Amino acid sequence: MQQLKPEDFKSDQMVRWCAGCGDHAILSSVLKALPQIGYKHEDVVFVSGIGCSSRFPYYVNTYGFHGIHGRAMAVASGVKTSNPNLCVWIITGDGDGLAIGGNHFIHLVRRDIDVNLILFNNRIYGLTKGQYSPTSKQGSVTKTSPYGTIEQPFKPGGITIGANGTFFARTIDSTPKISTEILLEAAKHKGTSITEVLQNCVIYNDQTFGDITDRDNRDDRIIMLKHGEPMIFGKNQDKGLLMKDNELHVVHLGENGISEKDLLVHDAHTEFAGIHLLLANMDYPKYPVALGVIRACEAPKSYDVKMEEQIEVIHEKSKIHTIHDLMYSGSTWEVK
Amino acid sequence: MSKQAKVIEIEEVAIRFSGDSGDGMQLAGTLFSDTSALYGNDVSTFPDYPAEVRAPQGTIGGVSGFQVHFGHTQINTPGDYCDVLVAMNPAALKANIRWVKPDGIIIYDADQFDAKNIEKAGYKGDPFLEEDVTGIQVISAPISNLTKESLKDIGLDQKSILRCKNMFALGIVSWLYDRPLEHAVSFFNKKFATKPLLVEANTKVLYDGYYYAETIEAFTSNFKVKPAEIEKGTYRSINGNAAVAWGMMAAAEKADLQLFCGSYPITPATGILEELAARKDLRVKTFQAEDEIAGICTAIGASFAGSLAVTTTSGPGLALKGEAIGLAVMTELPLVIVDVQRGGPSTGLPTKTEQSDLMQALYGRNGESPVVVMAASTPSNCFDYAYMACKIAIEHMTPVILLTDGFLANGTEPWRIPDLNDFPDIKVPRVAPDTQNWQPYARDPETLVRTWAIPGTHGMEHRLGSLEKMNITGTVSYVPENHELMSHIRENKVQKVARDIPPLEIVGDEDADLLIIGWGGTYGHLVTALIEVRREGHKVALTQFNYIYPLPTNTREILGRFKKLLVCEINLGQFANYLRMQHPEYPYRKFNKIMGLPFTVKDLKEAILRNLED
Ligand SMILES: Cc1ncc(C[n+]2csc(CCOP(=O)(O)OP(=O)(O)O)c2C)c(N)n1
Ligand code: SF4
Ligand SMILES: [Mg+2]
Repeated sequence: MQQLKPEDFKSDQMVRWCAGCGDHAILSSVLKALPQIGYKHEDVVFVSGIGCSSRFPYYVNTYGFHGIHGRAMAVASGVKTSNPNLCVWIITGDGDGLAIGGNHFIHLVRRDIDVNLILFNNRIYGLTKGQYSPTSKQGSVTKTSPYGTIEQPFKPGGITIGANGTFFARTIDSTPKISTEILLEAAKHKGTSITEVLQNCVIYNDQTFGDITDRDNRDDRIIMLKHGEPMIFGKNQDKGLLMKDNELHVVHLGENGISEKDLLVHDAHTEFAGIHLLLANMDYPKYPVALGVIRACEAPKSYDVKMEEQIEVIHEKSKIHTIHDLMYSGSTWEVK
Repeated sequence: MSKQAKVIEIEEVAIRFSGDSGDGMQLAGTLFSDTSALYGNDVSTFPDYPAEVRAPQGTIGGVSGFQVHFGHTQINTPGDYCDVLVAMNPAALKANIRWVKPDGIIIYDADQFDAKNIEKAGYKGDPFLEEDVTGIQVISAPISNLTKESLKDIGLDQKSILRCKNMFALGIVSWLYDRPLEHAVSFFNKKFATKPLLVEANTKVLYDGYYYAETIEAFTSNFKVKPAEIEKGTYRSINGNAAVAWGMMAAAEKADLQLFCGSYPITPATGILEELAARKDLRVKTFQAEDEIAGICTAIGASFAGSLAVTTTSGPGLALKGEAIGLAVMTELPLVIVDVQRGGPSTGLPTKTEQSDLMQALYGRNGESPVVVMAASTPSNCFDYAYMACKIAIEHMTPVILLTDGFLANGTEPWRIPDLNDFPDIKVPRVAPDTQNWQPYARDPETLVRTWAIPGTHGMEHRLGSLEKMNITGTVSYVPENHELMSHIRENKVQKVARDIPPLEIVGDEDADLLIIGWGGTYGHLVTALIEVRREGHKVALTQFNYIYPLPTNTREILGRFKKLLVCEINLGQFANYLRMQHPEYPYRKFNKIMGLPFTVKDLKEAILRNLED
């Protein structure tokens, strides 16, 4: 197969996101990842719901389906179940995937259909011009919460892991190289992969992630998790995470006799969800925010594969192979 | 056969088995109806069960019934009124006595008519004094005790023994109508293959019931219903839900497409999903979704991916699917939506039948959102209309809503197994593989149908979506003129389906003054009423609509031939209103019932006679 380049996946449609919107960077990370995934161009399908982010499929020249609000997960489940040979991507927003589509989100994860979902989390409803979303921080002042929201936000990692998810990763729009690496991991995962991208909406929620993305401080406020490596972070690589009394603690290397060997080593592959949940839910300022592949455990066979296998087994066993066989099976009688 | 009793030949009989929902009445009824079908009678059956899985024992709410109508002549309905009512307890009597013919027979289990059960059923004293049973032959049979007696040495516990009493009742009725017992016995052998004791027990009780009826003097005669004149062929018994599922599988096979059903369980439609889920051997893929919206959206995804995609539901589910049906309209993908109508609004009457989703099917969506709407009219022709719904959806790249109802879904009748070769071919409008510069929304100028390019096909990569499409290119378009153009195209595309549907037909007297108009599942009752009214010397005609949107091309001409048009439907007049909209030049009369029940032939006849007069 001829090696494809990112440009080969770009469509001729004009990209209509606002200048400075984080979605542009996510698009380019995806375009970089696609040639490396190993699927033929015509075997890739992007499915989305409704929202700024959900315009995405128009900008990739593979097969694409821009659905209705909240239902991308269901549409994509149908695409993949119908034809498991396709490489299916879901593009959804925090409103699309976690509010109106929240039910489909958890059931997609529970079934573990082999699709890759990218959650564009800007903590706001962008397309409808700035109402709070299920991931908006408590107290957020938006058009529909002029006095601040009074509701608790969802944590997408928590929901994914709570729904028995086998893959959860997080990245930031402004770190496109990391995003591409993570998306390649997501694509490799056999089962539902959820990648949360912290995305800046310059118009309606600018700098909502500013405290962790600003260049001067970000290395102290995020931690890049890599499977098999100790959990170290900080501008000077002098901070780490360890576990004590069933709780995560941020510690300083060299203080109180703490050295690298005391730190947690990231095991993304363990089935045990407890530690992944703690890591996924870490929030600044108490903790650094975790980026990278937080959970990627060996998935059992995915739903789409199991369905095909079950069909093969039953087909093999049964004497009924055509509608004619079926109609003449069981109790029939002859009128002469 | 009894020595003393004389044998009387009769044309048709309706029997209603009724009891507590744990009494096995559905099984007794099914065995009786299958036996009759095997014997060569025409048969129609209808179960009537409570919405609750286990309503309190002995109460009206817990009564489960099964009516079998069989005859020497053609049988089109399960029969309004029954010749025999089997009542296993007082509640069953109370719930069903209104359906017994004035000269009918009631056989009841005397052992269950104790003070406690009588009170539970809401009677104050002797039910047969409280009810008017003049003219009815009431036969008291100690069914429970005789069952216990019959099985006292068999080595089963009391509970299992009493569970066999339905077979005692079946035995009695089998003697009364001279039915062979072999079918029931072979059923026991299959069903209880690993429990020989249960085979023995059920067989013994069945025979003991049969001999009991022969021996007691209560029955002065038994009856013979000769086989019907039926078209030659191989037959089986089928209900509407199974027929829908099979029709869709037949269409998939004919079109050489994989069948995909995305659905969420809901009474009375669940049977279709269950039937399809069992057919992995035919490579059917079923996806039990988290709700109806996901059900239809998975189907839309599967359709995009190249499957013959269907979704099945009832009224409340159709309401949830509305927005997604619009998505299928916009993306011009084939999709079949089956709505097995039930009593509404809201949760309404889940187990009861109604025709009140017509307007919802036609118009229950945002925007100008035309889809093909059609309706099956007998349990077995659900097969044909499901097949046609798939054919139209595929060939016209459009969603099709197929309406059936609770009555068709659960009603069974003998079905002559068709030859798939007799069904029209299904031409899949796939893009030819060598097409250059393919445009997703380029259309056949005659049919306005676009072509279907499937993910995995090299060179046909394209994006579909819910936003308005530019004609031909299929890109997103907000151009005002284009929206108007597309609105007309979508409408005309569906209108053009009319060319592929058969003309409306008339049954009865072409020169009558009165045309009875029905649609969907009421056909059996309407045609029976028609036959009876004509037999009484009146001129009258009937037309039954199976295609509702678009209407058959000769609709206007047919309606114009008659002086009086009487639209009969189980709702408050939705089809009459629809016809009024489509053909306002004619006056329409209405006859409506909305009790959660099929029409009765009696009510229909009265309505017809009334309308003949004035
Ligand atoms: C059924 C329905 N309800 C509401 C809307 C309006 N709507 C469109 S997008 C959206 C929210 C989008 O937010 P999000 O999913 O976070 O995407 P973003 O625009 O932020 O990328 C809403 C409420 C709709 N299109 N359809
Ligand atoms: S509104 Fe916000 S999310 Fe939408 S395109 Fe503009 S910046 Fe991006
Ligand atoms: Mg958002």
